[in-house]
Amino acid sequence: MSEYDVIGSRAARIDAPDKVTGRALFADDLNKTGQLYAAILHSPVAHARIKRIDVSRAKALPGVSDVVTCREAGTVPFGVSPARYDETIFCHDRVRYAGDEVAAVAAQSYEIATQALELIDVDYEELPAVLNAEQAMADGAPLVHERYEGNICSQVHHHFGDVEQAHEQAAVIVSGTLRSKMQNGAFIEPQSALAYVDLRGRLTLESSTQAPHYVQRTLAMALGVPLHQVRVKKPYVGGGFGPKASCGTYELVACLLALRTGRPVKITLSREEVFLHARARHEFTHSMSLGVTPEGEFLFLDHHCVLDGGAYASFGIATVYYANSLLGGPYHLKNMRFDGYRTVSNRPACGAQRGHGAVHARALFETLVDRAAREMGVDAVELRLRNVMETGESTINELNMSSLGMRECLEAVRDQSGWVEKRSRPRAHGHGIGAACGFFVSGAGYPIYRSKTYHCTIVTKVDEVGGGVVVLSGAAEIGQGCDTMMAMITAEVLGIDLADVRVRSGDSDLSVDLGAYSSRTTLMTGHAAREAALHVKAQILEVLAAELGCLADDLGFRGGLLVMRPGAAPVDWAALRKEFLREHVGFTDNPEDEALTFREASRIAFLKKGSIVGTGSYRPPALGGSYKGAAVGTSPAYGCSAQIAEVDVDLETGQVRVRKITGAHDCGFAINKTQVEGQMHGSMSMGLGEALFEEVQFDGQGRVLNPNLADYKIPTALDMPELDSIIVESHEPNGPFGAKEVGEGGIMPTIPAILNAIYDATGVRINELPVTPERIIRALKSKATGSSRSST
Amino acid sequence: MSTHNRIIVLSVNGRDHEVMVEPRTTLLGALREGLQLTGTKHGCGEGDCGACTVLLDGEPVNSCLVLAVEAVDHEVVTIEGLARGNRLHPIQQAFIDCGAVQCGFCTPGMILTSFAFLERNPRPTAEEVRQAICGNLCRCTGYQKIVEAVLDAAQRLRGES
Repeated sequence: MSEYDVIGSRAARIDAPDKVTGRALFADDLNKTGQLYAAILHSPVAHARIKRIDVSRAKALPGVSDVVTCREAGTVPFGVSPARYDETIFCHDRVRYAGDEVAAVAAQSYEIATQALELIDVDYEELPAVLNAEQAMADGAPLVHERYEGNICSQVHHHFGDVEQAHEQAAVIVSGTLRSKMQNGAFIEPQSALAYVDLRGRLTLESSTQAPHYVQRTLAMALGVPLHQVRVKKPYVGGGFGPKASCGTYELVACLLALRTGRPVKITLSREEVFLHARARHEFTHSMSLGVTPEGEFLFLDHHCVLDGGAYASFGIATVYYANSLLGGPYHLKNMRFDGYRTVSNRPACGAQRGHGAVHARALFETLVDRAAREMGVDAVELRLRNVMETGESTINELNMSSLGMRECLEAVRDQSGWVEKRSRPRAHGHGIGAACGFFVSGAGYPIYRSKTYHCTIVTKVDEVGGGVVVLSGAAEIGQGCDTMMAMITAEVLGIDLADVRVRSGDSDLSVDLGAYSSRTTLMTGHAAREAALHVKAQILEVLAAELGCLADDLGFRGGLLVMRPGAAPVDWAALRKEFLREHVGFTDNPEDEALTFREASRIAFLKKGSIVGTGSYRPPALGGSYKGAAVGTSPAYGCSAQIAEVDVDLETGQVRVRKITGAHDCGFAINKTQVEGQMHGSMSMGLGEALFEEVQFDGQGRVLNPNLADYKIPTALDMPELDSIIVESHEPNGPFGAKEVGEGGIMPTIPAILNAIYDATGVRINELPVTPERIIRALKSKATGSSRSST
Repeated sequence: MSTHNRIIVLSVNGRDHEVMVEPRTTLLGALREGLQLTGTKHGCGEGDCGACTVLLDGEPVNSCLVLAVEAVDHEVVTIEGLARGNRLHPIQQAFIDCGAVQCGFCTPGMILTSFAFLERNPRPTAEEVRQAICGNLCRCTGYQKIVEAVLDAAQRLRGES
């Protein structure tokens, strides 16, 4: 039997009943009496100087309340990283991508607002554009921002150990490249926001966001409103995956128009606008060499990466660091060198997406491991097992493995998938099996702005009437299940039923929480939830101990009932029950249990002490190594995972069908097993999509060609194979109850496991994603003609 | 615009509702804005994602591709019409119990598609379930637990669990 009553179980999500009945409200479901509808004017061209904007015709349209441009919005720069604030609410000098925001309208209806957009006259003087990293970095290329010389907005040069010298000692060196294409978050709920101002001038924004805290800060800064006069709430959010983790123009526009008109203002993006706003995965070009000793030890990794992030920096400064720092684990690596360049171009801005910065770097690395294994005649899982790190070790770039179940993950997928048997028997051409590992942070060690702020706080308040508790949190439930996580931890600590815990979250008025990004919530917010519940418990027990004349340490709750520490002298609580019953004459549900109930105890505690409120908070200990940029990639803990993919490739058509993925993930301790599996499955699904289908396509003018879910293809139920998921629990000392991340790490092995399986099936390596049938056929043809560049 | 507005009667979840629409108002618009039945979600407006799925005479349709006036004299069922008071439909309960819900945005459409499918095929295979729900996109779950929930619901509806 589990030592726990609530956590470690498969409890149903507390928000599921609302979601299966249609009662759960998302941002676009919210309306306010008298609201106006806003729409945004986007630039039709990729790069141009704005010579003139005339809004007079739009203003004159009946039903239009307000039209705003940079003149009204001002030009306070904002962005994600304070070192790269390069956005303004509206373009004021130049437009930098086809889709850049130029003006907005508030009107009686969306139809009128959209009509009004067509009446705004903008004179553009078109400028030459750069539409990918190569063009951006070319000599004499036009600059997207004057401040980014050579169109490079961030670069990283790291060298740990001595790669040059290690070259000499390597028995095998494998080198390769991998290119990916810009991707889209493709959450099913388009962004939506509703802003309103109360009669005392306080601004409230209800928005489909992953990070109310950062949105609150950006609104206050860009609009010039004191922080405490801005409240950001999120209703239920229909998926985020990263692109909803920073403040969007639509949020600023809704607030600006609400402040100016005094009316509530609502804006919901069209699916096309979701693609234009973007802020999803960057476009990466990696090249790497991996050196291996004769004994099969990884000796060095030499890594060069260029990632294009479109018109603005967004998260890009972190993205380029993440592109390498997480390759430090989960293998022993003695020498590592990295040169990374993050460019700007005249395309929609990229930001963070599940597995931030690290997904394609991991993909290439793991395919190199596969190639090295083949070259050395060693089993690919075995070669990995020889190199995996163990709990307590540190990576060459000073990441500390406070827990690491990498070996357990690899062994689990090897055994569960039948790897050894399947790899050893002859496979028909076209059938293949491949393995890969992954590794990810469990929360960023530092906030995005430089601050010693707590990363999260929680207030847990006991109902004065007794019986229930409410957890108040700024954390962002976006589908990942953190409301349920907080409720389960609270119920566990207080020894009460999950049904007696309510969670109110996603509101900047309730507490500080940095948001749902970097796989931080279970570890960080979970810590704060635990601490707040312990605080509540201590206060109740203190009152009870005083009343009962015993030590608080002798008392506890389990199953909603007062329990005594084994060996403690029994107490007489009859007087307390009498007091409770005296208050509840006429009630038909009075307690009759053989023990004092939490309901009685919490009521008695209120009667003696007043409101019982517990607080909890968390901020990571000082982290980071001794070199510049060490802060990115440091985390209180690291999750890891392994997956084995089985594929069929149709050698006539190039069609790839993934038959099965067996995955294991070390989440430290599974607070909720079902939800852990859910995160693993979602990661595999996004990874499969990125491996095989997903690519934002552009025409020669930088316009998105496929801004819809018919032409931008994400996996359907028919594309997804059977997913076999194994939870590995390494008990993370820095996590609440031993828990750490599962939200993003699970995506890491998916792409390389599929790529390695495709090679196993076909004998060709594909170095450009997505792996379309066309790319397979091309590779097969060039192999047949003997010009294949990849012999292993 | 307003001169073309007219009142139509829609039968939704077993009751007739009067609703003011324009000729171009979609069934999705009439449900969400006219009747405040916001359980039906707007994901793309182009019939690609399935989040707006409702049942029209028992058949799943993308309500963003159906005009409100086309639904006159037909029976519309939305997610709000599935539970009986607080008693959830077995498919809804199976989605909860199997962990088939994450963000919940695709869930109403997914459940209604599954409802229509299980009416037709009470004893499906996993592959048939995947075929049935392939027009409903989900970005969170990888579909695994949704497929499990639909199979589990089928069992419940057959009275086997």
